[in-house]
Amino acid sequence: MIEVRHLTKSFGSQRILDNVDLQIESGESAVIIGRSGGGKSVLLKHLIALLKPDSGEVLVDGESIIPMNERQLLRVREKFGMVFQGAALFDSMTVEENVAFPLMRKKNFTQAEMDRRVAAALDMVDLPGTQKKKPAELSGGMRKRVGLARAIIYEPRIILYDEPTTGLDPIMSDSIDKLIIRVRDQLKVTSVVVTHDMRSARRVGNHVFMLHNKRIHASGPPEEIFASQDPIVRQFIDGVADEKETIL
Amino acid sequence: MNFLASTWVGIWLTGLGRIAMLTRETVLSLFTFKARWRDLLYQMYFIGIKSQSVVIVTGAFTGMVLGAQTYFQFHKVKMDTATLAVVSVSMCDELGPVLTALMVAGRVGAAIAAEIGTMRVTEQIDALRTLATHPVDYLVVPRLLAAHAALPLLTLEAIAVGIGSCYVVGVYLLGIDPAFLWDNALKYTHDVDIVIGFSKAFIFGGIIAMISCYKGMTCPMGAEGVGKATTEAVVYSSITILISNFFLTLIIGKLVGLL
Ligand SMILES: Nc1ncnc2c1ncn2[C@@H]1O[C@H](COP(=O)(O)OP(=O)(O)OP(=O)(O)O)[C@@H](O)[C@H]1O
Ligand SMILES: [Mg+2]
Repeated sequence: MIEVRHLTKSFGSQRILDNVDLQIESGESAVIIGRSGGGKSVLLKHLIALLKPDSGEVLVDGESIIPMNERQLLRVREKFGMVFQGAALFDSMTVEENVAFPLMRKKNFTQAEMDRRVAAALDMVDLPGTQKKKPAELSGGMRKRVGLARAIIYEPRIILYDEPTTGLDPIMSDSIDKLIIRVRDQLKVTSVVVTHDMRSARRVGNHVFMLHNKRIHASGPPEEIFASQDPIVRQFIDGVADEKETIL
Repeated sequence: MNFLASTWVGIWLTGLGRIAMLTRETVLSLFTFKARWRDLLYQMYFIGIKSQSVVIVTGAFTGMVLGAQTYFQFHKVKMDTATLAVVSVSMCDELGPVLTALMVAGRVGAAIAAEIGTMRVTEQIDALRTLATHPVDYLVVPRLLAAHAALPLLTLEAIAVGIGSCYVVGVYLLGIDPAFLWDNALKYTHDVDIVIGFSKAFIFGGIIAMISCYKGMTCPMGAEGVGKATTEAVVYSSITILISNFFLTLIIGKLVGLL
């Protein structure tokens, strides 16, 4: 279980998150939606303590992770996998080495076992046979899927996805959504998905949080959120922009 | 307090504090962490083997020019055969370690800062952290160990090449009597000179690795940030090497005097 209490974060004088509270149960998949630049990635990075808040608490399985130092956090982070918005692959390594990286640290795998697992993970994200390629030789969407393979290969208990389907074609998005659902149901993973894609939010989420104006504006099961009459939620879901008067 | 922190003294002190924290973290990691052999070997290859051409050229031409210049001066007072002794002692004590370290700082320090800096701005270091890997264990420790191991060996190489090339220039170009030349060099170069060169090189290796890693890890965001970090890594490493060399000479001189 992940619990965020009164989280506040500023960069310089710019307040990004103001008193954010949320609670994600084990085995549940939470979806975080919100405007671009609204602080979704920043919030997600707090859940795994890549960023430290100005004030507030983050509890993972009842344990407060904010006061921990980098070395103590290693133990907590073993539970986590994270898919970065920009993939964040190690560009000096091949795809194979990237995906096998988390396994390499656990010494009890034979080379054959490792190869088998890497191949299986790459198959899951529809990238068979790309083992020997360097990240620079892949397209943006392919890189993102390699990042996904790297995050799920060691079967972590909590997976954070930062816009896993952005930049993918509709068919691939659909297959990634299904993968997220499969991983959640088969491995009993807690997932936190940041997305702009309303279709995938509706399908993947058990619980939707909408981040608006530095705080959680609305939260609830997807049916409730998508039927909401709140004007801000409606505007976001229907995707209507405010009228702009001037042209340059 | 805030006023102090915003002046350059404050910034400088903050930097020193941070680099001390990084060093502490690295030392802790050295005692608890089993560095992966593969990473360590790769860094040794990159820092040690790949730096050889630069170091050999530096050693050779320094030895030759120092030999020629010493000969020109000593010839006036008929001390030609002391030429190699001067070159050998100064190569061992000062020029070998310092010039090697400066060349390696330019080559390796820049590469380390640029690599780690790029990893930082492309979130690869964050990715490491989410994969439950401490960036210090994975990035800093292998580079520090490799630099500590490589620099003394490279220095030894530079010293040997420098003395050798001075000998060649002295005997074949300037016509100094080889027997007396060699005899004098052996007479005035002591074991302790080699030890001094070795220990300085060991320390300079640590300076290059720590400053370059620090600059990479604290690299400002963006391409410009990586460029800045790279430049600063080379400049600060070089300056630190030159300044600390003076104090090392004093300290080691005192220690040797006491022994
Ligand atoms: N390291 C940082 N330093 C300074 N400001 C930052 C930093 N990271 C994020 N911000 C700011 O925080 C705000 C929120 O950024 P964030 O990346 O969380 O947005 P987001 O909701 O993920 O947007 P998107 O959907 O476009 O990815 C932005 O205004 C950004 O300028
Ligand atoms: Mg984002």
